[in-house]
Amino acid sequence: MNVHEYQAKDVFRKYGIPVPKGTPLMEPGGAKAAAQKLIDETGSEVVVVKAQIHAGGRGKAGGVKVVKGAAAAQAAADEIYGKTLVTHQTGPEGKKVQRLLVEQGVGIDRELYLALVLDRETRRVVVMASTEGGVEIEEVADKAPEKILKIWVDPTVGLAPYQARQLGYGLGLSGNAFKQFGKLLGQMEKLFMQEDCSQVEINPLIVTTDERVLALDAKLNFDDNADFRHKEWGDWRDMSEEHAVEVEAHESGLSYVQLDGNIGCLVNGAGLAMATMDIIKHCGGEPANFLDVGGGASREAVKTAFKIILTSPSVKGIFVNIFGGIAQCDTIAAGVIAATEELGLKVPLVVRLEGTNVELGRKLLAESGLAITPAATMGDGAHKVVELVKGA
Amino acid sequence: MSILVNSDTKVLVQGITGNYGGNHARWCMEYGTQIVGGVTPGKGGQKFEGKVPIFDTVEECVEATGANATMIFVPPPFAADACLEAIDAGVELIVCITEGIPVNDMIAVRRVIDGQSKSRLIGANCPGIITPGQCKIGIMPGHIHKAGRIGVISKSGTLTYEAVGQLTALDIGQSTCIGIGGDPIQGTDFIDALELFNADPDTDGVVMIGEIGGGAEERAAEYIKREFKKPVCGFIAGTTAPPGKRMGHAGAIISGGKGTAADKIAALEAAGVKVAPNPAEMGSTMKSLL
Repeated sequence: MNVHEYQAKDVFRKYGIPVPKGTPLMEPGGAKAAAQKLIDETGSEVVVVKAQIHAGGRGKAGGVKVVKGAAAAQAAADEIYGKTLVTHQTGPEGKKVQRLLVEQGVGIDRELYLALVLDRETRRVVVMASTEGGVEIEEVADKAPEKILKIWVDPTVGLAPYQARQLGYGLGLSGNAFKQFGKLLGQMEKLFMQEDCSQVEINPLIVTTDERVLALDAKLNFDDNADFRHKEWGDWRDMSEEHAVEVEAHESGLSYVQLDGNIGCLVNGAGLAMATMDIIKHCGGEPANFLDVGGGASREAVKTAFKIILTSPSVKGIFVNIFGGIAQCDTIAAGVIAATEELGLKVPLVVRLEGTNVELGRKLLAESGLAITPAATMGDGAHKVVELVKGA
Repeated sequence: MSILVNSDTKVLVQGITGNYGGNHARWCMEYGTQIVGGVTPGKGGQKFEGKVPIFDTVEECVEATGANATMIFVPPPFAADACLEAIDAGVELIVCITEGIPVNDMIAVRRVIDGQSKSRLIGANCPGIITPGQCKIGIMPGHIHKAGRIGVISKSGTLTYEAVGQLTALDIGQSTCIGIGGDPIQGTDFIDALELFNADPDTDGVVMIGEIGGGAEERAAEYIKREFKKPVCGFIAGTTAPPGKRMGHAGAIISGGKGTAADKIAALEAAGVKVAPNPAEMGSTMKSLL
């Protein structure tokens, strides 16, 4: 799960990680007052207005404005709010700005990069730091990988002070900034573990002109598997940032990702679901979605899944590909039938059933009177659905 | 003719009194697996199906039954703890079926596994392991398997069934099939399983099924090139998956341009692995290598 920058910074404050003073806004109206308050508190006229969307690259896309004075802050807020930002992370359709963050401006001496993420190879959390902050880190990794410093955290020991010193020296920090960096790093590691993050990224982490270390930006991703111990995540979630159908699917225990093609797929198991997309493409078709109904799929979940496919306007044909293990073929068949009874079936449907209770499942489908094209194997099914969609 | 499990394996089930764990324990018994005991804290002294003794702790169960393997169905909030308990009790093979365990919990479990040499963990979030005709520890449909001489290693559950179904249809039996799971942290990875098959005189070749995300397939390719002596048929799921979107499994995501199917297929082919052109041809590709 992703959260907005202002929410991430609230979490940072909880751990004593220094961030600029700021106020989040759900509408542009309060920008002037929020900016004036910051100016009064800090004695500086410089204010930053930042678009809050779940994507990086906002600055380049015109979603971040540095201004002087409260009136200018209001003008910037009016300009950014409601705008659709297209960045390298939003996809071509972009993201509409519906929340803003008004922050104090700070004097920047140096811009650094800092991130914590799981390293699957070493099976440890890796801390990555670089002197090349404020730019796209992928570019640094590409062109000058030696400029990304790494340390790995032993889960039984935690981040050791000497490791923090290694990074601090590596970044060329000294004096007060060096001390603050070490402290910040320790807190970051605590935050990562206690808040069940899958990624923490600060880009840039700045050293101010008065030798303080400050998280100018903040990005947090959480491990969805840990939601049972983080009830607060429900409040942090911004549904407008998520695909409505994907949310609906998630709530039914389904895993669904919308794609650009026109062949809807209903499959059990993530690997088989991906492989089904692949074989459709291999046969010359384009999958409309990834959909895994999961292992213990209930009749209701399958019904919801099939309804999602049936109501998608781009779907011109459907391929149900089931290899029943835990999921039982008769349950899948019953869910498919229930959904079509409610919504009707206007596109070709190819069904391949195999595995647990396959005979019962095939019988249910045969007796349903639905216009189903049965397939013997997944290769057969993919060929058939692609041909039917082309012929339609 | 197998690795890790055979007809002598004595299995205990952690979470045997749950609906899910109970059903699968019963199906494993029907397949012929020796299920010797169950563990559910607070239910010690009861019996499962009127015959399998239930204990409060893994330690007691092992002591009383001589179990040397465990199958874990404990819900995600408590599953890592269940793994740790099994390690502490010295269970040799721990098969964790549970899906949805927090990654941080598994980092700790894996660290403990790495610090000892008695227990091996398979999973979590996996279908388990089966030696056809001898022992099934997991949720795979037993009847699609056939005893034979090909090993199967896979990150995915149902895609493994697909491969096994194709092999059996071509009359190619399996020595042992291991589902290693689709989470970012696994107890047993491709290389671990390949090493076991390499040393098994009764395995003639291996089907290896990977998917997008991470670098495990690339590392396995290096190992195959260096040391693996038997023919390998590969398949990578997710050729058509878009970057940045998680494809069901927590680990199946292309991030920062890394972990694409194309990279993995190239690495495997460079190691001499014959990669099936599509998922319907895993069985026939393996057959062409024999």
